[in-house]
Amino acid sequence: MTASPAWAVVPAAALVVVFAGAAAALDGVLDPAGRGRPMSGRLGRPLWETARLLRQRRRTTVAPDALLWRAGTAGPLVVALLMAVVVPVGGITVADPPVGLVWFNALDVALWLTVWAAGWGANSVYGLVSGYRFLSQALAYELPLMFALTAPAVAAGSLKIGQIVAAQDKTWFVVRMPAAFLVFLVAVAGFSLWGPLAYPAGRDLAGGVLAEPSGVDRLVLLAGRYALLTVGAGMSTALFLGGGAGPLLPGWLWSLLKTALVLAGLVAVRRAMPVLRADRVMRLAWLVVLPVTLLQLLVVSVLALGGS
Amino acid sequence: MLTAVFWVLAVVAVAAGIAVFTVDSMARATVALAVSFVAVGTALLLIDAGYLGVITILMMLMEMGIMAVFMIMYMMNPGGLMPMSMLHNKRGALAISIGAFVLLAAGALLTPWPQRRGEPPSDVTRALGEAVMGSKMLVMMSVSAVLFATMVSALVLATGRGRYDGDEAPAAEDAGGGA
Repeated sequence: MTASPAWAVVPAAALVVVFAGAAAALDGVLDPAGRGRPMSGRLGRPLWETARLLRQRRRTTVAPDALLWRAGTAGPLVVALLMAVVVPVGGITVADPPVGLVWFNALDVALWLTVWAAGWGANSVYGLVSGYRFLSQALAYELPLMFALTAPAVAAGSLKIGQIVAAQDKTWFVVRMPAAFLVFLVAVAGFSLWGPLAYPAGRDLAGGVLAEPSGVDRLVLLAGRYALLTVGAGMSTALFLGGGAGPLLPGWLWSLLKTALVLAGLVAVRRAMPVLRADRVMRLAWLVVLPVTLLQLLVVSVLALGGS
Repeated sequence: MLTAVFWVLAVVAVAAGIAVFTVDSMARATVALAVSFVAVGTALLLIDAGYLGVITILMMLMEMGIMAVFMIMYMMNPGGLMPMSMLHNKRGALAISIGAFVLLAAGALLTPWPQRRGEPPSDVTRALGEAVMGSKMLVMMSVSAVLFATMVSALVLATGRGRYDGDEAPAAEDAGGGA
């Protein structure tokens, strides 16, 4: 895994934006509301939506906390781009710090305050409820996520993403730790306010944090959500799916293909599963998923001790 | 370059720390405190303590996220609608904080810091863990697992009958109720 010069952040960010756009296009195609419309309109939805939001005049609310609101709406995109710094594509990565995995984890925790601030700042009841819902749901998915992240680190004996990828040269970690892989994907949906864990941005709240932002603010917030999904898919590829490992094709292409596949799955789940209420998520997360991830970690640790 | 980054971080940390006590909104105070801690955590990255720095940022952000809920729940002016002050016992607090600052600054300036001997280890995180835990590593690891399990099970037991609990099967006392 070679570290790249500082300018590598620009193509990395571009890659995230392209993948996020593709995810949004796929969601446009899958959206049942678009049935009967021409394919170009559904496939090009991210483009049209971007153009529309850029032209839209910004609405505001009564006495918003503008500073926290703006910071909160921009936050998800910033967090996603900072996460992307440690996500490898084949053998290439912007940076491969010795604590890359913890970096990823710390940034997903940064979303707690970010989303909450986005909800609080609007001074609107929907946003406020949404922010608190996100915090309570984050409590549910964060602990299983941490243990799911611990599993590949223990198996590889390192917190360095490059070494975790290298440790999968024989078997991909998804074979050895399928539960951790699943939990990781669910948590990605959780911190992206997506699919079954989209309760904080639920329709019963008129979109929650998405209710009040308009114009470019809304664009940045929506882009941030797709960017988080993208980076989560990229990270799952590196941690569980062997990174750039694969026959014939070059490593970077395999990485991108696997990321695209996981991302498509994450996007498709939105239309396939109902949104779960936070208290049910909590019960499920702590009573079922947490013990399962701990057992998974035990199995992985024993295997690692056995030297396999 | 490192010095410049350090100074920027130090100024951000102190300025955000001051902001905690001058803003009149609990939400902003919480976020300012988080910014201050993140600056301190980033400063730790400068001395190549990668794990310590990132874990400080992780813990503090998580803590502030939870603390925001409680700060706003218990403080007198959650939304910044009424004038409020974060300062209490001003004189005593001022004396204590100046005293603590002078003590710490004097310690930092007057201590005869040793010269570096040898090279930094290749894996700083591991070296740090072994320096802190030493022979107690196994004990600490088991204790942390037990503590964690205790916390989770205590919470699960405590919230066994939450507000929404039993909505899958209506509770008996609700079924016959209704005045």
